[in-house]
Amino acid sequence: MKPPPFEYHAPRDLGEALEILAGAGPRGKVLAGGQSLIPMLNMRIAAPDHLVDINRLGALSSIDAGPGGVTVGALARHAEVERAAPHPLMVQALRLVAHPVIRNRGTVVGSLVHADPAAELPAVLAVLDGSVRLARRAPGASGLPDGVVTRDVPAGAFFTGPMESAAEPGELAVSAFFPALPPRTGTAFREIARRHGDYALAGVCAVVTLDEDLHISAARVGCVGVGPVPVVVDVTEACERRPAATVPWQRVAGAVRERAEPDGDVHASAAYRLHLIGVLAEQAVKDAAREAAG
Amino acid sequence: MSTGTDSSHEITLGVNGTARRVRVPGRRLLSDCLRHDLGLTGTHVGCEHGVCGCCTVLLDGRPVRSCLMLAVTADGHEITTVEGLAGPDGMSPVQRAFGESHALQCGFCTPGFLCTVTALLEENPAPTDEEVLEGISGNLCRCTGYQNIVKAVHRAAELRAEES
Amino acid sequence: MTTRLFGEPVQRREDPRLLTGQGRFLDDLGSGALAAAFVRSPHAHARIRDVDVTAALDVDGLIAIYTWEDLPERVGRPLPLLIPHPALTHGRTAYPLARETVRHVGEPVVMVVATDRYLAEDACGLIEVDYEPLKPVVGLEDAVQSGHLVHEDVPGNIGAHLVQEVPSASGLSAGEAIDAAPHTLSFRLDIERSASTPLEGRGVYARWDGADLRVYSSTQTSTSVRMAIAAALGLPLTSVEVIAPDVGGGFGVKIVHPWPEEILVPWAAMLLGREIKWTEDRREHFISSAHERGQVQHVRVGFDDDGRVLGMDVRILHDHGAYTPYGIIVPIITSTQLLGPYKLGAYRVEFSSVYTNTVQVTPYRGAGRPQGVFCMERTMDKIARHLGRDRTEVRAANFIQPDEFPYDQRMTFQDGRPLIYDSGDYPEMLRLVKELIGWDDFERAPNRGIGIGCYVEGTGVGPYEGGHVQITSDGRVHVSTGLTSQGQGHQTVFAQIAATELGVPIERVSVVTGDTRRFGYAVGTFASRAAVMSGNAIALACRKVREKALRIAADALEANPADLEITEGIVHVVGDPKAAVPLSTVAVLANPLRYAFDDEAAKATQFSGQASGGASPDRPPVAEGDEPGLEGRDYYSPIRSTFAAGMHAAVVETDPLTAEIKVLRYAVVHDCGKLINPMIVEGQIHGGVAQGIGGALYERMVYDSHGQLVNASFMDFLMPYATEIPHVETAHLETPSPLNPLGIKGAGEAGVIPVSAVIASAIEDAEGVDIDRMPISPSELFDLRG
Repeated sequence: MKPPPFEYHAPRDLGEALEILAGAGPRGKVLAGGQSLIPMLNMRIAAPDHLVDINRLGALSSIDAGPGGVTVGALARHAEVERAAPHPLMVQALRLVAHPVIRNRGTVVGSLVHADPAAELPAVLAVLDGSVRLARRAPGASGLPDGVVTRDVPAGAFFTGPMESAAEPGELAVSAFFPALPPRTGTAFREIARRHGDYALAGVCAVVTLDEDLHISAARVGCVGVGPVPVVVDVTEACERRPAATVPWQRVAGAVRERAEPDGDVHASAAYRLHLIGVLAEQAVKDAAREAAG
Repeated sequence: MSTGTDSSHEITLGVNGTARRVRVPGRRLLSDCLRHDLGLTGTHVGCEHGVCGCCTVLLDGRPVRSCLMLAVTADGHEITTVEGLAGPDGMSPVQRAFGESHALQCGFCTPGFLCTVTALLEENPAPTDEEVLEGISGNLCRCTGYQNIVKAVHRAAELRAEES
Repeated sequence: MTTRLFGEPVQRREDPRLLTGQGRFLDDLGSGALAAAFVRSPHAHARIRDVDVTAALDVDGLIAIYTWEDLPERVGRPLPLLIPHPALTHGRTAYPLARETVRHVGEPVVMVVATDRYLAEDACGLIEVDYEPLKPVVGLEDAVQSGHLVHEDVPGNIGAHLVQEVPSASGLSAGEAIDAAPHTLSFRLDIERSASTPLEGRGVYARWDGADLRVYSSTQTSTSVRMAIAAALGLPLTSVEVIAPDVGGGFGVKIVHPWPEEILVPWAAMLLGREIKWTEDRREHFISSAHERGQVQHVRVGFDDDGRVLGMDVRILHDHGAYTPYGIIVPIITSTQLLGPYKLGAYRVEFSSVYTNTVQVTPYRGAGRPQGVFCMERTMDKIARHLGRDRTEVRAANFIQPDEFPYDQRMTFQDGRPLIYDSGDYPEMLRLVKELIGWDDFERAPNRGIGIGCYVEGTGVGPYEGGHVQITSDGRVHVSTGLTSQGQGHQTVFAQIAATELGVPIERVSVVTGDTRRFGYAVGTFASRAAVMSGNAIALACRKVREKALRIAADALEANPADLEITEGIVHVVGDPKAAVPLSTVAVLANPLRYAFDDEAAKATQFSGQASGGASPDRPPVAEGDEPGLEGRDYYSPIRSTFAAGMHAAVVETDPLTAEIKVLRYAVVHDCGKLINPMIVEGQIHGGVAQGIGGALYERMVYDSHGQLVNASFMDFLMPYATEIPHVETAHLETPSPLNPLGIKGAGEAGVIPVSAVIASAIEDAEGVDIDRMPISPSELFDLRG
């Protein structure tokens, strides 16, 4: 279990990185935290000709929390974001990502690009309606410094299938944007994994906003492990604008189950996952509503 | 099969306080570089897909999987392996606590646990039971059933407190 | 005061090395050796049409490529069938490299040697093997029903079939006793595959110097690997040495030998005149070593109103995978150890051991016992439920009583000897475990359950082990034994035995295991036998040395040997501390010398007047029948196994919504006779229980219908982390074995044996549904709830 040979590149700046990626096209791979890519290299499931190690691009390590939301650079490690705690739902999610040692190295943006439907962060980006900024080299383009063009892809369009994202060959995900929460909003993340730290059998993150009377005025959940991409369900209607105590939870669970399309595998049947996703949705929305009520 | 070439790179790693220069192919895993290029065989390799934790070393003080990192990526960084945990006066509190508590049997996973726990106590000198479990939750041990490892982490915390 | 260390929780002497990164595991050796890698079959069953190595020849650093065709006749023979048995009518073993047919995913087809492992894997990736896929046989049902064959010449895929039957005291057969019983039950039980999965895989490193071969192997038996290599390579035994260095866990899988790599790596090292090392990677370990468990059991039982079993009939279907190098030890153990601490009226057990296109099945810690105990303990619970009685009452009604030992179960055990239990106290053990878990005060609550499991484990099987003890003129004691260590603390417990027997400080004792240069005759480490076998052999060897030391010291002190004792390494006259001579001097006196290479040695030279024979010019310097030196060797060979026992109990909680299963408490009462080192025994139990929890709730090997092992990684084979393992509470009972001088029984496997039975018992109690299949996941519990 050793990586296959590849041409290793350690660009010193973004322009150089994009130039190499442009040249490599589909034969290139980006190495950031490596916690998903290197296992695939070791198992020789991935065999890129060019590996572009962006770990020297210090500028991409930033975590910028503004009033509108948080922008996380491509080199920000899970553990750094967890410590910086720029967004409550990200912190709740990050505590569930693998194990602390993996989080020391893995990156938030890397998890998004890896686009594992069983992973937590894609669901967070999706439920918050965040976006990923993709950069590529624009040879001869004018008006932009260093010939770099970027595009922001909203979460709904970014995750295109299991382990597939909208990032094209030659593109580098330079940052992700997680919108801030409106007032009186709470969040929660619930999941069931076989072992602590494993990919979840099913998981739900919830964002719940209360009105002044503490009735649920908006509720969205992002579901993990029950479809090819994160499944976002708006359950505001199902909550019937009631206070959490009188929400018809069966209806909430039902609304989520209706949208879920889980598969069975060695760890759990599809029916069990479908059952879980409803249970977890109820728990997560309750938790989030409690948090919103402060 | 990839057609990528396998050019080599000259790198410098700060290993256990000493600068080590070594030439490695781009694909060389840090674990293999430490073990086979630098002869530090205390870092063990149990799965090469990042699950078992045997290969855990400290990178700039934080535990990472050395099987999930290329040696070239570590160029210019400080690495502590199990060989670097003991001080001039002998074994560290964590090492001694593992011995006292019978927290190892075959000893293969032990270096990874020692590095993980060293960093854990550095960050949280008096962890609760739950924090200990969370802290070591990424390391597999097939021999001990973990009970004495948990005991050892608490004992190491005591020893550190007594000796500081 | 004699130095008494036996029975004390002495700190481990192997730890300082292992804690500082100074261990020497297989892959830590042989820096600079060439690396071997293997092309392994991607098919579960296929014919090899052609192997094309052309593309690999361009890989830089490639040294050699070998297929079966390249092997000399002797090397290319099928691997040995290690443990033949008359019932194994169709035993089959693999070739070191596949010849014409592959029979499981992972079977080695081509061996590549290159300057490093990366390059060797590159070359493997470029070798093209043309396979003609054949229909695979996967799973027990498929094996007996599909009509497809794993081996063309093995009809019905049946490798072995064995019936053992013990009639009741009144002469009824099991069938008759069941039919005549007031109550009967019949049911089916399933146990899935799992595996030892040590964190260090296998590995072999060989060097040939033109005359002698030295092989390091991560093995549980270096002496037998040595003989196997000598036989396969046609070398005199004396030209081959095999050393088991530090071994990163074994749990059974490393007792199998010779592995293909253990023959091929030394062979290639000789052929190329270069050092070669092969280090198994994790994927190879999953698909190319060995698995275990994997049985279907059909049970019929008849019992009376008190739950006493009048007759029991068990039919076992055992999946032994593609080959049977280790014979049918596993189902034999299941068949016999199923009886546990109970005396049944009549018993009949029948097993068929069948071939499938999967990795071979060989013993994994517990070695068939977890399956047998699952069967018997599920039976006890079902009887209790049927009668509406307490589950412990039903067990107690069937116990062998303390005054009935030795108890003859009238069957033949795995060592071919009668299954006679040596000692035990099962009622007391049950009392202890009930007390420890609080059985009688257990508070009933929804989704909470309590469970129990009892077992008896034959430990310390023969044929023998040996020990050699030498005291050198520096006063150090060197102990060696041939069996190997994988973390059991042998360097500590054997030193405790030697220090106690010889009256020396433990710091002066060093222990070597698994090195054929030091001790050539041994069997190996398995079946919880190391402490019993080598422990007693070392004690006996120490007693020989002690006797000689006292004789020589008596001469020197002009005393009667009977008046001497040894304390802190000094022989002295009881009651006269001044009349003393240290063992270092005794060692000097034991070896008459011509040359004085140091001051101590000078005392033993011809003109010193002190050497043992030197005192009288009329006697030869070394007396007739005596030997120079202060050393002794002895062997321990028991008439039969010792029988350890244990009872476990657990409290579990199941989540009413998510069906997650949490073990709240876990209690163990354990009897392995006299404890040498309670700290180490407890550690063995903790580790065993953790493996048992893995087997009950997490671990399984999942094959798809094509014979692909779909979860061949630590991502998907769910070995528990610390977060999954409950705290284990332990208590000990000591009923010494009358069979050996130290009164000990084995402890290595104990912890794992009843865990699946205990967890099933507790979940069944919590949920009120039959738990007849292990392991069980939340998803499966959810399905059972319906």
